[in-house]
Amino acid sequence: MPEILIEDVLAGDPLAVSRVLTQVEDGTLQGRKLLHQLFPHTGKAHLIGITGAPGTGKSTLVNQLAHHYRHPPEGEPPRQVAVLAVDPSSPFSGGAVLGDRIRMQDLAGDPGVFIRSTASRGSLGGLSAAAAGMAEVFDAAGFQVVIIETVGAGQAEVDIARLAHTTVVLDAPGLGDDIQTIKAGILEIADILVVNKADRPGAENAVRALKNMLELPEVNPQERRHHQNSPFPDLPADPHQAAGDSWQIPVLTTTATTGEGIPRLAESIQDHHAYLVESDLWSFREQNRLKSELDALLENELVSRWKAEVGEDRYQEVIEQLFTRQISPRQAVQELIPGEPR
Amino acid sequence: MSTSSDKIKVLIGKPGLDGHDRGAKVVARALRDAGMEVIYTGLRQTPEMIAEAALQEDVDVVGLSILSGAHMALAPRVIELLREQGLTDVKLFLGGIIPDQDVPALKDLGVSGIYGPGTSTKAIIEDIRTVCQKS
Repeated sequence: MPEILIEDVLAGDPLAVSRVLTQVEDGTLQGRKLLHQLFPHTGKAHLIGITGAPGTGKSTLVNQLAHHYRHPPEGEPPRQVAVLAVDPSSPFSGGAVLGDRIRMQDLAGDPGVFIRSTASRGSLGGLSAAAAGMAEVFDAAGFQVVIIETVGAGQAEVDIARLAHTTVVLDAPGLGDDIQTIKAGILEIADILVVNKADRPGAENAVRALKNMLELPEVNPQERRHHQNSPFPDLPADPHQAAGDSWQIPVLTTTATTGEGIPRLAESIQDHHAYLVESDLWSFREQNRLKSELDALLENELVSRWKAEVGEDRYQEVIEQLFTRQISPRQAVQELIPGEPR
Repeated sequence: MSTSSDKIKVLIGKPGLDGHDRGAKVVARALRDAGMEVIYTGLRQTPEMIAEAALQEDVDVVGLSILSGAHMALAPRVIELLREQGLTDVKLFLGGIIPDQDVPALKDLGVSGIYGPGTSTKAIIEDIRTVCQKS
């Protein structure tokens, strides 16, 4: 394949950007080298995460939001917008149908918008393993706004909160009663809550349930923040519990099919951006993101190096003992990694 | 092939004004089950929209579904736009109602495969795998 020139990527040349995205997506050696070169040019873009259950209107909202950034109100400059739309891979065939573009037709033909679909490829957190790297490519290529749309998320797909500066969680009328709102998970990661499809019956109830949730008193936030059992020890268990975080999570309504409520949402995203910068939480989140990216890469690298070191034969040998129940899975680990377990 | 992984990426687009997308969806689903990543762009796409999507998605293959009879106008235009954007190695496949007499001309233009009603999805999958290996 033709060589990808780093200058072309930095200049935002669509073909070069597209090809480097593929290399990063596939985790190739060339992709990794290009990311090294691009990294010094990153850190400028505002990463906005859009998440929510399937069918809440994420793609349609992204279409409207990106359109708004391209055609802002009088006096504001239009911004370069990249969209990274993640859809799930089949757990059986590994294939995928990526259909988010269908809802983004209003952005076609605008050279200031770059839409890339990507499959989750086995990742379970609502993104793909390569999503962080792909966002870095857009950042380096000069896109001021990078909108990341997750797979239709249930309750636990919360990786987006690590990647994005501002996380918007979409809800829609009729998706469950108010008990859903006090469950742990996706609602906790929201910087901005949106009830989309606000023209449908039940929208007011959805808004009320979310507002009630936000008004419940915090019990001992200190303890929550430092909880040892948090699956994300690198992330404050609740991003809003970070030191000095006084951001008030707004509950907004939109009708993404008509664009109703989009200017208000864009304003709120802008407010959050300003808030992060002023309170210095911007760099706090950046550091968290980089650290978790590093940890994920380290884990991958350690496992693949270790596998190469142990060798396939030895691995199979231990698996055989496990299958015949001569040893337990935990003993197998000890066989393969000698030494005191930690 | 523009990707170095074994993952084949295919864009399925419906240019022109006919609204019959069942065939496109059947093919998209079959390719998914064959382990490919399929970007489906939806109905009523202009050749410009399809070429732009192919560029941004860095696909290996573009599949057009045309049942309106406008294939002799639409397919050459898509090919022209793909080449203009530097996508010289992207393969084009056509499905729909394409009269036999148009097939040689379309193949001369660089269309890799043309599939009429009744084609098995298996044949399409095999052909896509073959062209993606060759390059």
